[in-house]
Amino acid sequence: MKNLNELTIEQARAGLDKKEFTSVELTQACLDRIHDRNEELNAFITVTEELALEEARKADEMIAKGEQKMLTGIPYSVKDAICTKDVRSTASAKILDNYVPPFDATVIKNIREQGAVLVGKTNCDAFGHGASNEHSMYGPVKNPHDTRKVAGGSSGGAAASVADHQCLFAIAEDTGGSIRQPAAFCGIYGLRPSYGRNSRYGIMPMASSLDTVGPMAKTAGDIAILAEIMAGVDERDATTVPEVVPSYKDEIEKFEIKNLKIGIPKEYFELEGLDAEVKEAVENKIEELKKQGAEIVPVSLPYTKYAIPVYYIAVPSEDSSNLGRIDGIRYGVQSDRENLYDTYAHSRAHGFPEEVKRRIMVGTYALSAGYYDAYYRKAQKVRTLIIQDFENVFQNVDVLITPTSPFPAFGIGEKKDDVIAMYLADVFVSPGAVAGIPGISVPIGNTKDGLPIGLQIMGPRMGESKILQVAERMRISG
Amino acid sequence: MKLDISDIEHIATLARLHLTDEEKERYADQLSAVFDYIGMLDEVDTTGVAETCQVTGLEDVVREDVASECDEETRKKIIAQFPAKVGNLLKVKAVFTAE
Repeated sequence: MKNLNELTIEQARAGLDKKEFTSVELTQACLDRIHDRNEELNAFITVTEELALEEARKADEMIAKGEQKMLTGIPYSVKDAICTKDVRSTASAKILDNYVPPFDATVIKNIREQGAVLVGKTNCDAFGHGASNEHSMYGPVKNPHDTRKVAGGSSGGAAASVADHQCLFAIAEDTGGSIRQPAAFCGIYGLRPSYGRNSRYGIMPMASSLDTVGPMAKTAGDIAILAEIMAGVDERDATTVPEVVPSYKDEIEKFEIKNLKIGIPKEYFELEGLDAEVKEAVENKIEELKKQGAEIVPVSLPYTKYAIPVYYIAVPSEDSSNLGRIDGIRYGVQSDRENLYDTYAHSRAHGFPEEVKRRIMVGTYALSAGYYDAYYRKAQKVRTLIIQDFENVFQNVDVLITPTSPFPAFGIGEKKDDVIAMYLADVFVSPGAVAGIPGISVPIGNTKDGLPIGLQIMGPRMGESKILQVAERMRISG
Repeated sequence: MKLDISDIEHIATLARLHLTDEEKERYADQLSAVFDYIGMLDEVDTTGVAETCQVTGLEDVVREDVASECDEETRKKIIAQFPAKVGNLLKVKAVFTAE
């Protein structure tokens, strides 16, 4: 039998319910793994050992009384840019080094109501700004498959915590690819839901028109369970949509691949710099789905190449506005100076890492007098064209399949100083984010050097069921 | 497009960010590179294209405008987070000066 911390949610649920082991034992197995590995991988900024064991004991009582829910007693981690009541939430920036939110984000409230067990808060690029987890003020996260490589970002700690079996699932945030890309680099599943599907209340805001919060886990089935629990209307987030939340788990079980039409966007496969092993692995998977009866349709998304420049106008602009509230006045770490201006300017200078400052500068400039039309307005118009690209292809196909990242995990330090190269790491995940559609990264094998390869499935808005069905099908076929 | 040090200083002031001289030089180069890259959007003809301001299609989402109570425990936790305080009041630097 596997070690307890290596179980999936579904396996752990079965074991807990049959009293084969307790939540305290399962939680302790995860905490032991964190103690063994955190110094090297640096996936966690805060480990909530006492709280975890207390929650585990409560979970065991619920199970003894037969009052358990789907996640009761299951250990999980939360990205540090998501607010957790009474648990330090730094967003990986020193300006929030001492910040303890007095409230839970709505998605965390949903997970906690199930009786899940929080083992800690995971490292990330500060405020979600980055694609390698190197822009954390608490040090980079190392890839569990090769510690010389990055874990991806911004949710690198979340991905590593699940891939390294330090917990059974993770809650993270995806603005431009921050769940899917690290999931691919670390060899796990990660879902970015449709924008508006999950409440953003309590998620430290980055770009409000793109931010989403979603699950990372070891199987598509586990993702389906979590996606359902996290979703729904929240009166504290006016952008949450009223569409009924289906039982994604039931949906993936009643799936027939024969009627499926899969679009293959040529722009993604023709990209200069697409790694040959990644390309071949994804094409082999597409071939397998074809053999099982799916129809493969070549499609074109001509505005794909503009998604990154749109992203890097829209996001820093919204960022620079959102981060205005992080000023060291009402909470966080203040640099006490002579006057108000200097107090703001020095608190922010000391408390933000370089990439955060760079994005604030880009966004402030793009929104400043005389430049708004040329940059932000122009980008939002091109964004419309990118959305129309996707709407057009989804008239004819059910899902799109692409690589998640053009390459496997890169070396720590390799791209850190090349701003544009780092931005291009998100080239396949940004377009869907800009369009507000859902996407999942599925682990499909390793390179000959042993690094995981991720395949991305994108669907139309509210198309979570379909992409989860295809993701689950890949496990069965693989 | 090339941004110079005075552009960077102006942006940093708007953004309430103290920058070192070394940072100013670095950001002048990096922001110039970023905006050159973003300049590729000029290739796209957006005549008659509407801006995307949101992707959900939701309109007029409202709720009752009622104040919600903050319980005493939460209030204490919020006050405990103040970086500077006098009693239960948040202490800030003067906003207006004498002149």
